[in-house]
Amino acid sequence: MTKLSRDDVLKLARLARLSLSEDEIQEFRAQISEILQYIEVLQKADVAGLQPTAQVTGLVNVMRDDTVADYGVSPEDLLRSVPHKQDGQIKVKRMIG
Amino acid sequence: MSRWLPIAEIAEKVQKGELRASDLVEQALQTIADKKEFDAIIATVDDRARERAASIDAAVKNKHKVGRLAGVPFIAKDNFLTFGSATTAASNMLRGFKAPYQATAIERLEAEGAICVAKANLDAFGHGSSTENSDFMVTKNPHDQTRVSGGSSGGSVAAVVLDMVPFALGTDSGGSIRFPASFCGAVGYKPTYGLVSRSGVVAMASSLDVIGPLARTVDDAALVLDVMAGVDTLDSTTIARDAESYTKLSAQLKGKKIGIIKEYMGEGIAPGVQDRIQAAIDKLQAAEADVFEISLPSLALALACYYVICPAEISSNLSRYDGQRYGHVAKNAANLEESFSDSRSEGFGKEAKRRIMLGTYVLSSGYYDAYYKKAQTVRTKVIQEFAQAFEHADFLLGPVAPQTAFKLGEHTADPLQMYLTDIMTVAANLAGIPAVSIPAGDADGLPVGLQLLARQGSDRALLGMAKTTERLLS
Repeated sequence: MTKLSRDDVLKLARLARLSLSEDEIQEFRAQISEILQYIEVLQKADVAGLQPTAQVTGLVNVMRDDTVADYGVSPEDLLRSVPHKQDGQIKVKRMIG
Repeated sequence: MSRWLPIAEIAEKVQKGELRASDLVEQALQTIADKKEFDAIIATVDDRARERAASIDAAVKNKHKVGRLAGVPFIAKDNFLTFGSATTAASNMLRGFKAPYQATAIERLEAEGAICVAKANLDAFGHGSSTENSDFMVTKNPHDQTRVSGGSSGGSVAAVVLDMVPFALGTDSGGSIRFPASFCGAVGYKPTYGLVSRSGVVAMASSLDVIGPLARTVDDAALVLDVMAGVDTLDSTTIARDAESYTKLSAQLKGKKIGIIKEYMGEGIAPGVQDRIQAAIDKLQAAEADVFEISLPSLALALACYYVICPAEISSNLSRYDGQRYGHVAKNAANLEESFSDSRSEGFGKEAKRRIMLGTYVLSSGYYDAYYKKAQTVRTKVIQEFAQAFEHADFLLGPVAPQTAFKLGEHTADPLQMYLTDIMTVAANLAGIPAVSIPAGDADGLPVGLQLLARQGSDRALLGMAKTTERLLS
């Protein structure tokens, strides 16, 4: 049975870029452990000789011409919701030291 | 009786000038205001709806051609990007977000003259079965306000059942169209995967998500599907549609082979639900359909399979909400890392966080093969069993849900119990096959939904079967 430790939860939160409250850590630790226990049933499934499925309709490499199409959306429209911008660019906090 | 005529008739009357689009829009907006207590609607799209109605009425007056859905008001689940109001996915993360473009489905409906009048409530980002995971409000069941509407498209279904509009749009990743349709008593249609473009719809689980109509009748649902269906260059997973209209439906039932799914009719089904489904089966038999029981043993694994694949894809899709480009932004972050994690922690509700964490776990190094890859392989097994079943049966049949609408708050404390309510709907998404929920009467005053499923791409045949069954049950 899979039971998550507090460290497991903190590691997942770090990977997922979430900062959790102490209550959330405790709650998710119990709930996700319970859900993982439920999905354990998959381990017993006999799938010998079967390949995994990622796409159900059998489409492969859908190609299109590399041309510019006008959808009536300007760069200004797309940038309207950006919280911090400068000279038509998205501005983020400093990344390197 | 509904106050709305069949959709095709409404459009025809608008085309002839016998009904005005502006009056239809006012009727919809008035009903939305009158039924506010059900919390089905996040926001109305008044100004744009009135402008579009006026321009359609003017076009009719000037003898210009108007479309097949001329003047027909509709409501979109609030995970469709639309003009004229915010698109929130019922999440604090997207509160106030104004879409810079519209969903292809909306564009196609508007091109035929349909008018979006409001945006409907949902479980935030589509994560849930009751709308109780909405960050804004909980939609009450039109038949009993102490019960849930079902989810995640609960607002859309309630809107139709409350007569706000003739049809609404929903999305279905694991049952989110069919499940609330069953709980509220509407027709909910989940098309074959890829038949309707997902472009401009807030992504949940991309290999499972489909878009479909909620309506009062199969004919209405078929007409809406016909307008939306088909290849879209903005969604490379879209598939070719039938050349024939999805409104041309065969009514033949005699000799049709209908497999009753054994795994959906056994233990755990509420007696009232079982009764209604059995009554429907008896009627189909009396109408000389060839009805027999069929077993798909791996359906027992479908829910576990879904709750690996779905959170995995959610954790990937929701990684775009980083607080830098759109959506909620944390105010006081000291550096970029903190800006990411604070924005996400403040903007996402509990269910989104839970699914992101679960998805991150099953995709993480050391667990990927044991969970994600294994689930994808079990998915193959589910697909193969459906293919085998469809060698014997034209259609499969069962309930949509093991119970009728549950009480508000009944499952909110235990996420696993909430997940288990999806047990009869997720398999169709794993296999990408079409499925529909149609009303099959009441149990103790609450609607019961009958589910019909068909092989991939046979949407027109399934709609025909649904229409015939609808007539038998009415």
